[in-house]
Amino acid sequence: MGGISRRNFLKLSLGSLVLSSISIDLTPVKSYAATELKIKNAKESTSICPYCSVGCSIIVYTKGGKVVQVEGDPDSPINQGSLCPKGASLLQMANNPYRVTEPLYRAPGATEWKKVSWEWALSEIAKRVKATRDKYFILKDEKGRVVNRVEAIAHVGSAALDNEECYLLQKLMRALGLVYIEHQARI
Amino acid sequence: MTNHWVDLKNADVIIVMGGNPAENHPISMKWILKAQKEKGAKLLVIDPKFTRTASKADLYVPIRPGTDIAFLGGLIKYIIDNELYFKEYVINYTDLSYLVDPNFKGPEDLDGYFSGYDPKTRKYDKATWKYQLDEKGVPKKDPTLKDPNCLFQLLKKHYRRYTLDMVAEITGAPKEKILEAYKIIASTGKPNKVATICYAMGWTQHTVGVQNVRAMSIIQLLLGNIGMAGGGVNALRGESNVQGSTDMGLLFHVLPGYLPTPKASWVDLKTYIEVNTPKTAEPKSLNWWKNRPKYIVSLLKAFYGDNATKENDFCYGYLPKLDDNTTYSWYDIFDAMYKGKIKGFFAWGQNPACSSANANKVRKALSKLDWLVCVNLWDNETSSFWKGPGMDPKKIKTEVFFLPCASSVEKQGSITNSGRLAQWRYKAVEPPGKCMPDAEIMNELYHKIKELYQKQGGVFPDPILKLNWNYGDKHVDIEKVAKEINGYYTKDVVSHPIDKKTYKKGQQVPSFVFLLDDGSTACGNWIFSASFTEAGNMMKRRGKEDPTGLGLYSNWAWCWPLNRRIIYNRASVDPMGNPWDPQRPVIKWDAQNKKWVGDVPDGPQPPLAMEGGVLPFIMKPSGVGTIFGAGLADGPFPTYYEPVESPFKNLLYPKVHFNPVARTYDSPDDKFVVGTDPKYPYVGTTYRVTEHWQTGVMTRHTPWLLELEPQIFAEIDPELAKEKGIKSGDKVIVSSPRGEIWAIAIVTERIRPLIVQGKKCHMIGIPWHYGWKFPKNGGDSANLITPNVVDPNTFIQETKCFIVNIRKA
Repeated sequence: MGGISRRNFLKLSLGSLVLSSISIDLTPVKSYAATELKIKNAKESTSICPYCSVGCSIIVYTKGGKVVQVEGDPDSPINQGSLCPKGASLLQMANNPYRVTEPLYRAPGATEWKKVSWEWALSEIAKRVKATRDKYFILKDEKGRVVNRVEAIAHVGSAALDNEECYLLQKLMRALGLVYIEHQARI
Repeated sequence: MTNHWVDLKNADVIIVMGGNPAENHPISMKWILKAQKEKGAKLLVIDPKFTRTASKADLYVPIRPGTDIAFLGGLIKYIIDNELYFKEYVINYTDLSYLVDPNFKGPEDLDGYFSGYDPKTRKYDKATWKYQLDEKGVPKKDPTLKDPNCLFQLLKKHYRRYTLDMVAEITGAPKEKILEAYKIIASTGKPNKVATICYAMGWTQHTVGVQNVRAMSIIQLLLGNIGMAGGGVNALRGESNVQGSTDMGLLFHVLPGYLPTPKASWVDLKTYIEVNTPKTAEPKSLNWWKNRPKYIVSLLKAFYGDNATKENDFCYGYLPKLDDNTTYSWYDIFDAMYKGKIKGFFAWGQNPACSSANANKVRKALSKLDWLVCVNLWDNETSSFWKGPGMDPKKIKTEVFFLPCASSVEKQGSITNSGRLAQWRYKAVEPPGKCMPDAEIMNELYHKIKELYQKQGGVFPDPILKLNWNYGDKHVDIEKVAKEINGYYTKDVVSHPIDKKTYKKGQQVPSFVFLLDDGSTACGNWIFSASFTEAGNMMKRRGKEDPTGLGLYSNWAWCWPLNRRIIYNRASVDPMGNPWDPQRPVIKWDAQNKKWVGDVPDGPQPPLAMEGGVLPFIMKPSGVGTIFGAGLADGPFPTYYEPVESPFKNLLYPKVHFNPVARTYDSPDDKFVVGTDPKYPYVGTTYRVTEHWQTGVMTRHTPWLLELEPQIFAEIDPELAKEKGIKSGDKVIVSSPRGEIWAIAIVTERIRPLIVQGKKCHMIGIPWHYGWKFPKNGGDSANLITPNVVDPNTFIQETKCFIVNIRKA
């Protein structure tokens, strides 16, 4: 990469567009320079694409707490500003009408979901974890060796999590005594 | 990846086999095409389908799915017969000259089996799979490569029947194209030529998946391409953080940093260390795993903090122990669940109802659960399994909790790409509605469970109550977690054995070299040690310098281990420390200053031939690259077996159809055919498209992407289409022994029939991104018809080749 980033280049070319529209063309046609770029005054945060494992760096532009644009990060030595169709569509992942935004519960035999609070959901899950763990915990195997495991609870996931979350998750599950700990790397 | 994405630009030959980067890792093509266009590198694509990667290839070789080992075995034979291997490299840096136990026998002696096979258990006793040792315990060698028991001679014998004719007959590839590919690849057996291999699930999703990768690893060792810029063996991993999630031990068999999960027979820490710390008599071997005790003790300190003391075995007893004779892998989970043995299940960012082979079994298994917790951005086929096709919600007793989490732009943390590069993501916005970052969900769940045990007691609560878990009440301090992963001093260390310096309690350890086995360091994952030091969070770095021009970018983010961008890089220099290829020097010994320059070397020790020098493959007790894979379940050499389901015979070993130790399952819903069934005369295969990802939960809910690829399709060749009266756009039914699915037909020249064993081999390709839940009329998962027969080493399923039929709907 040279000394000029793509963002600076855009700013520069925008400036020259303003100049040219003033100095050369004075007819009252639509001035594109007057159309505000949607990333103007937006906050930039860098991220890494959540899809494949190339690790493309992206710039997430936000305004008023909302993602307004997503672009490839020109500073990244890996993708140098490019993105594939999936990466380029991250805007629609961030602003997505299909996301579930409240915890849901489906009771035995129920035909529909029910909205529930986090407090209720997590407390109920904790109770079930404890009940299942306490009932099925294996302290020793048939040879009398300490094994301290529970086989009646299993966990899968996830390569979609951050490293720190993956670390916490296996720490939590192993503390509970789980041995069935897997995720999509296996398949 | 042994190397990394940008490094692809350094290759002379880029082999793509079992992968399709143009469609599944699109931005990587930037570097592949750069190599091709700017320095005339050759791109070779070997694939059943003429993929978009193939469309850019200098040479495309079509092959029948599942026949890779025949192709690669033939290449090994070609390299040996024509003496195209890199002699100095193989003699110094591999075990090719090592002598093997004379009692070891291979498939040429035993009709397709290796010595030690027990047909009752379908397992090998590996007693004869070993090197001959001298009186000091060092492997015996014959640098002339003439001893009949040396690996060179054994390899030669093993592949003697993998002739061009045989390879063509098995793979269906044209003979002249096979030979052309062999010539191009083998041309890199010179010090100044290098080839890279890019593979993905096209190699791993087979009952011989590990052996596919090993076959190529052997070739790369023979050609001297490991450790080199533009070389290596490169897995194009499929998910943004699947490298990191694997590194962090979210798998039954490994704790973070590839420390084996304890087993029942490893009754205490001492036994664990004895069993898992390799010893070597090889004087020049660094044998890095000799440090295992430091890593496991530091991990236990990270888990149990001050509660872990030398006196209580650092709480080793708290860790759950696996049964020695049981595996707990993905397919074992759903088998146990199907059989009613699993009562509670967490599916965290997963959709097994679509991602598992033989998905019908999984869907039935979910209905046997008492409770299911799904953490996801979207409701999907797993969380809503109870209202899926063929389900009667009223009869399903499973309670389901759906917890909505934050997306990647709504939280901060690091992820590790395929090149082992850990890069930091910043939080850009708050999660929508009541969505919560995953780490906070874990945190709250832990606190709630802990509270219950504190109040009520329960069975063996100590591992929960004494867990070192202080990341905040609600909001999790992610950098604190990252610091724990790096490691810190748990007490003052005066005159550290490594550098004689003094370190204070609470200080970050500079790297794993500084970890200790006496409890004075805690480290959540030793391979990530050096990622977050006293100098700060290395994963956030954005330096763009590339002084060597090789694209190492050593100041961009941070890569494990120790920011080493190309691993095994000691193999890129001769025994005096001079680069084999002076044009592309990864590292180089600066004799004057007595230090290495370039990438971070595999150990600071001097070059092999100098005093104190070490062998390049530091993770191996022998110190060399191992062509002899004695640790594998299915044999030390890759051997050609047919896929479990295949319309063709095993021409090389007629008495053994498929991998004799491949794992299968047994229940009314585990349906597969060994060999062929006239009802399913064609070969089915699954793959991905650019616009969708995995089971499609993320991409099916992204309108732009869904518009581009709105529904499931089946690709078939024009000849078969004509025979079946199928046109592009017709609705078709694809069936297998597991069931059937509908798809929209695409009649295309991309998948052409091959002539195999004198008959036509038609293939049917289907992407697996769809599911019944969304969108309506998008189709269901291709995994409803794939088999859950698995590789005996990794337990990955064979979804790349199975038998199918097709008809117009």
